[in-house]
Amino acid sequence: MTGAPEIVPGWETVIGLEVHAELATVTKMFSGAPNRFGGDPNTNIDPVSLGLPGSLPVLNGHAVELAIRVGLALNCRIQRSVFARKNYFYPDMPKDFQISQYDLPINGEGWLELADGRRIGIERAHLEEDTGKSTHVGGGGRIHEAGHSLVDYNRAGVPLIEIVGRPDLRGSEDARAYVSELRSILIAIGASDGKMEEGSMRVDCNVSVRPVGQAELGTRCEVKNINSLRSLGRAIEYEARRQVDIVTSGERVEQQTRHWNEDEGRTHKLRSKEEAFDYRYFPEPDLMPVEPSEEWIAEIRSALPLLPRERRHRLAAVAGVDTGATALTVERGLDDLAVATIGAGADAGRVLVHLENNLADGVGLLTAGSFAALVAMETGGDLTATQAKTVLADLVATGGDPIAHAASHGFEAMDTSELEALVNRLIAEHPDDWAGFVGGDDRERRKKSGFFVGHVMRATQGQADGRIVNELLALRAAKQGG
Amino acid sequence: MSGRALAAAVRSGDRSARSVVDEHLAAIRSGEPEIHAFNLVLADEARAAADEVDRRVAAGEDPGVLTGVPVAIKDNMCTRGVPTTCSSRILEGWRPPYDATVVERLAAAGAVLVGKTNLDEFAMGSSTENSAFGATRNPLDTTKVPGGSSGGSAAAVAAGFVPLSLGSDTGGSIRQPAALCGVVGVKPTYGAVSRYGLVAFASSLDQIGPFARTVSDAALFLEVIGGHDPLDSTSIPGAAADLTSVLDRGVEGMRIGIIEELSGDGLEGIAGDVRARLGEAAAALEAAGATVETTSVPSTVYGLSAYYVIAPAEASSNLARYDGVRFGLRVDAPNSGDMHTATRTAGFGDEVKRRIMLGTYALSAGYYDAYYGKSQKVRTLIVNDFAMAYGTYDLLLSPTAPTTAFPIGEKTADPMTMYLNDVCTIPSNLAGHPSMSVPFGVGDDGMPVGVQVLAPAMGEPVMFRAAAVLEAAAPPGASS
Repeated sequence: MTGAPEIVPGWETVIGLEVHAELATVTKMFSGAPNRFGGDPNTNIDPVSLGLPGSLPVLNGHAVELAIRVGLALNCRIQRSVFARKNYFYPDMPKDFQISQYDLPINGEGWLELADGRRIGIERAHLEEDTGKSTHVGGGGRIHEAGHSLVDYNRAGVPLIEIVGRPDLRGSEDARAYVSELRSILIAIGASDGKMEEGSMRVDCNVSVRPVGQAELGTRCEVKNINSLRSLGRAIEYEARRQVDIVTSGERVEQQTRHWNEDEGRTHKLRSKEEAFDYRYFPEPDLMPVEPSEEWIAEIRSALPLLPRERRHRLAAVAGVDTGATALTVERGLDDLAVATIGAGADAGRVLVHLENNLADGVGLLTAGSFAALVAMETGGDLTATQAKTVLADLVATGGDPIAHAASHGFEAMDTSELEALVNRLIAEHPDDWAGFVGGDDRERRKKSGFFVGHVMRATQGQADGRIVNELLALRAAKQGG
Repeated sequence: MSGRALAAAVRSGDRSARSVVDEHLAAIRSGEPEIHAFNLVLADEARAAADEVDRRVAAGEDPGVLTGVPVAIKDNMCTRGVPTTCSSRILEGWRPPYDATVVERLAAAGAVLVGKTNLDEFAMGSSTENSAFGATRNPLDTTKVPGGSSGGSAAAVAAGFVPLSLGSDTGGSIRQPAALCGVVGVKPTYGAVSRYGLVAFASSLDQIGPFARTVSDAALFLEVIGGHDPLDSTSIPGAAADLTSVLDRGVEGMRIGIIEELSGDGLEGIAGDVRARLGEAAAALEAAGATVETTSVPSTVYGLSAYYVIAPAEASSNLARYDGVRFGLRVDAPNSGDMHTATRTAGFGDEVKRRIMLGTYALSAGYYDAYYGKSQKVRTLIVNDFAMAYGTYDLLLSPTAPTTAFPIGEKTADPMTMYLNDVCTIPSNLAGHPSMSVPFGVGDDGMPVGVQVLAPAMGEPVMFRAAAVLEAAAPPGASS
């Protein structure tokens, strides 16, 4: 049991994702034509990307390097690989076959770790070339009603890595978390820009359902045309409900490829298993097998930056928290600052609270040194939480020394005895409220606590530390009770 | 006159390139209507190129080893801005935006391209009858085929239209027409000559090579077109092998094996006169100091069957791109699928369709292992058997083709009979090894017979030495 929320109560949704990501090379996979998004149609082309007769592919070494980076980042076995031709006719595919990898992919088995520490299996991550793009003119853009179609081959031959995940995901949240993590990894290692909206990262989704507790997998359907994380979640939920409806009405789910329609919020059948293409794969005779040397792989490995998973583990270790508690900070790219600040002696809890709550818009001129000094003032009682937040904003905006900023605001630590006198005075002035604090239920006590803290803050123009006021109130009440 | 002699005359200023080209264009004008070696004669372009060569020679430059030599290329090699048809309707109107590597190299050596030669459509055939533009005739007897698929290039050299031409050889398409036309034809080691710009038939087997009237000219031309090309991933690293300077070293001390399975009584269809010439060729090599004996390369007999799975399989994929979308013929239809079908139905000839269907079937789910997979195993066996033989022998010998040139129309009705023409040549393609056909006398019908010299990968220097010995010892050839 994973505890994933059930889309339909009593049913488990099993998901495996196939993610295509365009690799961030300068030129295409098999020729010198530019790999560039946008541009006028059919300008980033050459004889190879048009599949002209007599043209031959020459493998782009940078694409191989990026694929190996992906493999290493996904803990895959890097292996000797062979390109294969995947044969099918389509106007936006220049050669009417796609050069891909079939039985010998460059990256074998691996895994990806989600922020909560669960590992999702990776079956393989192989290299292939992208196709061109068809635009159907007239008939509302639908291929069957279109008057004619235009094809842009700028994208044809752009290198892709196809990352095939195991059916280890259990709901739309899981699927989104997986794609987000994968995207962060691809960006971190410079393999892809991960832009789903530009189509440089595309997700096909295999969904099946089974009663909770059943070990055997249900029949899956593959859903295509998912263009955002939001669509991914919606498509999974729609598809899970559709399949559960079929099974509960006594029918069987047919293995199909289905198309997600974002506007209608539903999937519809593209083809059944019987209608699936026979791709007639065979080894690509125009290319040699790719046999990366151990030395090269080691070199690529040593040049890899820290991965999101490693960053979470590093921060969790330094801060003494679960990896899940570090996810947001790592996602925002603030973990280097967090680690340095904590390393400079600052309280880890306060550092993470500030990073998550008070630094969402960026860290500006804040440095680990000034951040650590600020947190030290705060934990040392020299600044209240509210004051610290103000000074933090100053450090972000202008940098400098937190002591100077605190002084410029007139923030000074209040003497506890001074605060105690004030609290005693307020108790004397408001006996009914005090009685409510001492004798009331939890809710009443919280309410009255707020009342007294509010008065103290007003009286001190916010310079008092609310935590200390609460402690003083509790102390007095305890004495009274005793 | 040989290409080498013509180049020397033009380089030294004894002759102008223009006069050489004009002379050959005149020969084409008179002979071509009957032979039909060319799909396209580039008369104006050739004259302009010759004038440019003359200008450079006059300016003291050396345009290269083929200065002013007229050459023809098979019409499946891309020429920038010049139609490249593969003798197929489906490429109607297509002008490649780029030159094949071999076209660049022959121009860089000072050669003058005079035309593009006829072939069996997409190089599929052994007689040059499967051309959308009509058959080529054998210059030595115009009722006979010139062989194929590079029949146009072989005929152009045999007819004296050009001293040198290029063909492509996937299963014998250079060597077999060379034998039938009485010229020298070479299939180099796979990867020795760049395939960039050669319209693919079967990528793992295709190789470009020269036709010439002499062994020495073939060597010279191969040196010009060979050598590494970064645009072809299967191209062998390094420069082209030096052939011309080793030609006269003879065969003294060499061990040469006659392939029993491709020459003896075991193989039906090898004609008696062809066997007789092979025996005389072996004797000539022995007389020159080689040891010649019969040997077995058992798996070569399965070459033909394996070839007719592997080559169509690759072709079915290579020829998918002729879909009417980007270039060539388009037959319009209401949707793209129907447009593909209509275009391909109208654009491809019967033999091409037959091989696409064969290959598609061989690669289909459920049949792959039985056909394509098994054929690849045969291919490995052939490689292993050759390796075994080359452990003992420097070279191997066989007939090039089972018979001399056959009459036009004789085999068109029965594809299997036509396919059998390549039984001796196919094993070298499957192994990726070099081999060449050297004219060696004539058959009972007075038509030329070719002897095939086979060598291990990169064995061209040794192969050419034996070819030179055979050339010197050959009985008189056929005359047109």
